[in-house]
Amino acid sequence: MIATCSLLQASLGGDERVFSMQDYEGAQARWCSGCGDHAVLTAAQRLLAEEQLKPETTVFVSGIGCSSRFPHYMRTYGFHGLHGRALPVATGIKLHRPDLDVFVTMGDGDCTSIGAAHWIHAIRYNMDMVVVMLDNGIYGLTKNQTSPTTPEGYPSYTQPHGSFLPPMNPLQATLGVTNASFVAQTAEWVPQHLFATLQAANRHKGFSFVRILQRCPEYTPDLFQLAVKKPDKLMLIEHEDGVLVPDLHEIYKNRRSHDPRDIEIGRRLAEQNEPIPLGVLFRDESRPRYEETRRVRKFSAEDKVKRLNEELDTYAV
Amino acid sequence: MATVTVKDTGTKARKPPRLIETREHTVEIVSDPGEGAQKCGQIFGAVAAKMGNGAWTVELIPAEIQPPPRIPAGASGNRIRIGSGPVTNWGDHANVVVAFNEQVLLNRHRVDGLAEDAVVLLENMWKEHPDETIRKQWVAAMKEISSKRYRVIEVPMDELCRTVVEDPRKGKNMFVLGVLSWIYQRDMDLVRDQIGFAFRTKSEEIYEKNVALLELGYGWAEENLDFQVLIAPEAPDVPMVVMNGNQAVALGAAAAGFEMTAMYPITPATSASFLLGEMFQDFGGILHQAEDEIAAVGVAVGASYAGKTALTITSGPGLALKTEFLGLAAMTEVPLVVVDVQRGGPATGLPTKVEQSDLLASLFGQPGDAPHVVMAAATIEDCFHSMVTARRIAETFRMLVIVLTDANLATGVQPFPRPDPQLSWIAPPIDQSPVPPDVRPYDWDPKTGLSRRFIPGQPGGMHTVTGLQHDENSKVAYSSDVVQRSSTMRSRKLAVLQQALTPPEVHGDDEGDLLVVGWGSTKGAIEEAVDRTREEGLSVSSLHLRFLSPLEPGLKEIFSRFKRVMTVEINYSDDLGDPYITEENRRYGQLAWLLRAHTLVDVDCWTRVLGEPLRPGSIHDAIVGRLVRDGKIGSAPRRGKKQGKGGAA
Ligand SMILES: Cc1ncc(C[n+]2csc(CCOP(=O)(O)OP(=O)(O)O)c2C)c(N)n1
Ligand code: SF4
Ligand SMILES: [Mg+2]
Repeated sequence: MIATCSLLQASLGGDERVFSMQDYEGAQARWCSGCGDHAVLTAAQRLLAEEQLKPETTVFVSGIGCSSRFPHYMRTYGFHGLHGRALPVATGIKLHRPDLDVFVTMGDGDCTSIGAAHWIHAIRYNMDMVVVMLDNGIYGLTKNQTSPTTPEGYPSYTQPHGSFLPPMNPLQATLGVTNASFVAQTAEWVPQHLFATLQAANRHKGFSFVRILQRCPEYTPDLFQLAVKKPDKLMLIEHEDGVLVPDLHEIYKNRRSHDPRDIEIGRRLAEQNEPIPLGVLFRDESRPRYEETRRVRKFSAEDKVKRLNEELDTYAV
Repeated sequence: MATVTVKDTGTKARKPPRLIETREHTVEIVSDPGEGAQKCGQIFGAVAAKMGNGAWTVELIPAEIQPPPRIPAGASGNRIRIGSGPVTNWGDHANVVVAFNEQVLLNRHRVDGLAEDAVVLLENMWKEHPDETIRKQWVAAMKEISSKRYRVIEVPMDELCRTVVEDPRKGKNMFVLGVLSWIYQRDMDLVRDQIGFAFRTKSEEIYEKNVALLELGYGWAEENLDFQVLIAPEAPDVPMVVMNGNQAVALGAAAAGFEMTAMYPITPATSASFLLGEMFQDFGGILHQAEDEIAAVGVAVGASYAGKTALTITSGPGLALKTEFLGLAAMTEVPLVVVDVQRGGPATGLPTKVEQSDLLASLFGQPGDAPHVVMAAATIEDCFHSMVTARRIAETFRMLVIVLTDANLATGVQPFPRPDPQLSWIAPPIDQSPVPPDVRPYDWDPKTGLSRRFIPGQPGGMHTVTGLQHDENSKVAYSSDVVQRSSTMRSRKLAVLQQALTPPEVHGDDEGDLLVVGWGSTKGAIEEAVDRTREEGLSVSSLHLRFLSPLEPGLKEIFSRFKRVMTVEINYSDDLGDPYITEENRRYGQLAWLLRAHTLVDVDCWTRVLGEPLRPGSIHDAIVGRLVRDGKIGSAPRRGKKQGKGGAA
């Protein structure tokens, strides 16, 4: 889809363009009605407008899955690649072009199953990007197969008598990797929290990993039913340096303050399932970022030819 | 076998040595790993090149990383073939071999690596070793090699080196370099320079010791040996450089303006990345070691998508892992260059040894239709220039380009004309200009399939590239007409490229009884074999392909001028005449498959997988065998010796 935003015709010199949410709207979203992905899309468009990110220097990268259709629905640059392989592509983009704002959307299967190796290493690279995992606890696009985050005993077509294994906890896994710098959890059905978390993730310099609990009315309709109905099932993890949404206090009584610099408490909170913690579990901006470590000086073509000739001298006969 | 025990004769006057004048000679230096035969061989090869000789240096690599000492399988070292003029391959047999023990010598003997009358310079410390087992092994080895007419000259390497260093294991190689320098009349200043270069990171003291050992060996040879070899250099009239194929790939990549290389270590490809990693410091590039080959190609695709065409370098098993991403590159028309330094396969196969077995995997490995370019470097010089060509094609055609090299090129060292890097070889800076409103991300020219690519940062160009079928707007599309049209457009580009290629040149006469067709690193050996058969009066020519997809134009017409066409390749094929093998079920060499399908000509093949480069002598015999079977000649005298089983298929 080509952008036709009239504002783009404006002079780009002193960029005076102002972007509204609509300026970030791409193709019509094709998710099922009631799918939690819609809310995430809205939150992302709102975030970009709020932060006034330029559509042409923003890239959404995804893998394959329902959630990975995301880039098509944005009017930014997008890369809808291979199942499980969003992160290497994002790594290449950011490494070559640190000037771009990179967002990655993955499904739970995409990230924690087929893409698990890349996930672990991308955490270590700690490149400045927002990485959201839309966790519906199931393979949606391929219609109802067990994922690593499917709760034990929860049925699917591949494990009709219920998932055999205890589910993987992606928060704990992320927090266990060296050089993790931002780990948060939010739920798409709490839009204010979702937005605030994405904003915190975007403002964090580093690999901001956000697990978004996402309803899939098609295949896991009852997975988050209770949590949606009963605010008590959630616990807001609050801090000024993390996510703090006072507007939510009226409904969500279950809260605790947590300084996200404390990784030990962050890990303990990540372990907890009831109530489900929402908020920033860990954040440390001092961790090295790979695109900075690897930043290179640029050389002109003339310079390169000169240097190449010097190099060839060492092989000269 | 004649054994000569030369005793140090002091300064006694002696006959001047016999001078062997020849156009070429082949030397092998073999030791246990860690004894430095390779370093000796590399320096000797470099000096040959610097003196204006043609040279081809091959590493002899043991199969295991740390084999026990004194076993044939542990033989490690180099073969250096030196010529008056250019040398294009490793040849047939060594004329002079220096062995640090009799077991590694046995290795070279058993693989038929030595000429019938080879001179063997053999460390003699084992002959009277205190350990009885070793003494017995020595006797057994001498007996085994007595089947040949080798002239064995015992050399007290250990004893003499002890006068300079405490641990002769760390010094014999320079002593041997001295011996060879005398035999081959090397320019000693050059040799000392090369030692200085090879040990540039070491202390002055180490350099001095090495030079002392060099001179010790030289002096010993002068006093004890009765022959010298003169290979008069026909110094080339253009400036030359000398390097191996992986170095050429790395330098070529820098010359082509690549700024991003993502890789995962794999033999024999890795060393190209070592050099690139070092050079990129001075060229403003990044060498990224990814977590695996899938990630490596993914990073390259991401970088290419976001800017300049990126590169990934690998070998067979890595190519297999990259497959899905290669299809994605084809589908999204993200330009990408992949270098596959082929090794023996399948699976882990023969990691350090040469094969040409990835051709069909490179061409057809991706599921679905994924049109892309496959090129093969035929020489070390080609390894350099292919990188420039590959990037250009990748960008002009928005295509995946796979460049095939192999272990023979990767580790072979050869002088070639110094490239003259051009500004135009280097990609221009990333285009960030706004995209005009009416331009679409896949604005395929309906005739050529070509379209202009735009990248993140260009205002007005926002779109999502996708691995799903898509239309000109990059919109996901499942309708029949879009699927057919977009597939046609992606494929059409190859036809456009094919028409821009020049027809291949025939080596030898334009018509005749037999045309030998090759690709990749076998070029030198094939042409040498063809030349020998032509000298014998046989009607044989050859042709070497550098483009495998698209195939170079005019093949069918060229083939029609020969009574028989046969490929020669280093990959597996069945031999007719073997049990169960018939015309119907015979599996062909990979290029033969391709050419048969492409030209409908009944192309034959002679292929071998021996874990070593083909020898010109073996190819010669295969050619003669083919002509005999075709009734073109009776049985012809055999010049070379058999390499592996069977002469011709
Ligand atoms: C290599 C490969 N294997 C399998 C698939 C099939 N596949 C597509 S999406 C998917 C799982 C999707 O689940 P998830 O990642 O959780 O995303 P969701 O659809 O739930 O958002 C699978 C198995 C594929 N496209 N590619
Ligand atoms: S299947 Fe589930 S995840 Fe996929 S679009 Fe429908 S509701 Fe959303
Ligand atoms: Mg899912």
